[in-house]
Amino acid sequence: MLFSTTLIFLFAIVAGFIGSLLGLGGGIIIIPALTLVLGLDIHEAIGASVVSVIATSSGAAMAYVRDKLTNIRIGMFLETATTLGAITGAYIANLISIKALYITFSLLMFYSAGNMLRSREGSADTPVEAHPLAERLKLNGSYFDKRLSQVIEYKVTGIYPGWAIMYSAGILSGLLGIGGGVFKVLGMDMFMKLPMKVSTATSNFMIGVTAAASAGVYFSKGDINPLTAGPVALGVLIGALAGTRIMERLNNKTLRRLFIPILLYVALQMLWKGWWV
Amino acid sequence: MSKKESFDPELFISSSLRFGIYLSASFIGFGLILYFIYGSGYPARTFPYTVTGVWEGLIRLKPAAIMSFGLLLLIATPIFRVAASTVIFLKERDYLYAVLTFLVFIILIFSLALGKAI
Repeated sequence: MLFSTTLIFLFAIVAGFIGSLLGLGGGIIIIPALTLVLGLDIHEAIGASVVSVIATSSGAAMAYVRDKLTNIRIGMFLETATTLGAITGAYIANLISIKALYITFSLLMFYSAGNMLRSREGSADTPVEAHPLAERLKLNGSYFDKRLSQVIEYKVTGIYPGWAIMYSAGILSGLLGIGGGVFKVLGMDMFMKLPMKVSTATSNFMIGVTAAASAGVYFSKGDINPLTAGPVALGVLIGALAGTRIMERLNNKTLRRLFIPILLYVALQMLWKGWWV
Repeated sequence: MSKKESFDPELFISSSLRFGIYLSASFIGFGLILYFIYGSGYPARTFPYTVTGVWEGLIRLKPAAIMSFGLLLLIATPIFRVAASTVIFLKERDYLYAVLTFLVFIILIFSLALGKAI
């Protein structure tokens, strides 16, 4: 009892740490850890991973919002897309081929990973022209970079493709329950050209809302076992609080480089599911 | 635009998140400690999964129910954050964003209700 709880707790710390660094919910760590290492039922693992997403999001956002790394307006604006997408996903689940969806998104992720590898400079290092809508929606922003000890101003472009990607991310998490955070970071980095720190911090801010929308379902289905999800929540919160301290002191390029292997891992996982499952 | 300079929306959102996290973590942590001492308070492999079930277990101080109550508080935190943001944007007279956040809030409530229906 004590041993397995401690093990869950330790895995959760790692998940919260990585999740808060890269704007993900930690499901990619929690689900395999609980099913493969601890031999738990997949439903219980998914329930715990939903809790992990909410804990990472709130724990990380607490620091990032205070330090103004999170662009709240971008977050709120894109949340209209992700929440609408999640509802769409629930409705179209029977109309489309999940296999085709997995494969499409995994190809898009491979393409993005290739792009990220090729552009050695962060895409946000080259100043971009702000989209006219970005001015009207007051999306352009600035943050104080603790690594560089200076205020970084940035402009926002690619509003429409960004919104569309977020809508897809919402459908994806509504349908498959995965990939939400990875896609959000990808959309903000590749299409809206935000600094990587702002992308991951804003993604962290958003993922909790999407997860909370589905958490009620998992809870009433009995998938959220307190004996598993409880230690997961505590561990993830501790990991996330540690992760935020590290992330604020990394530079954008390093953070972006750390994101690429995660992106490839999720792309492979989705391709595998689309092809064989 | 330039209302009271002293009011910091970001700090308010961050503080409300911190409040939600510490409150839920206290319940989960307390429940976990009791669980190690007394067990879950429920037969093996069972635990409450309705709000009323959690509440009934909570007032009887059953460890699993105390943890579930903390988890429910954790789940409520992002929803509360969206509601609080709507109020903040209204206060800032940023009506466009007040409408946007309110829209997100409605969609959230809708999808919670939709989830129960399925």
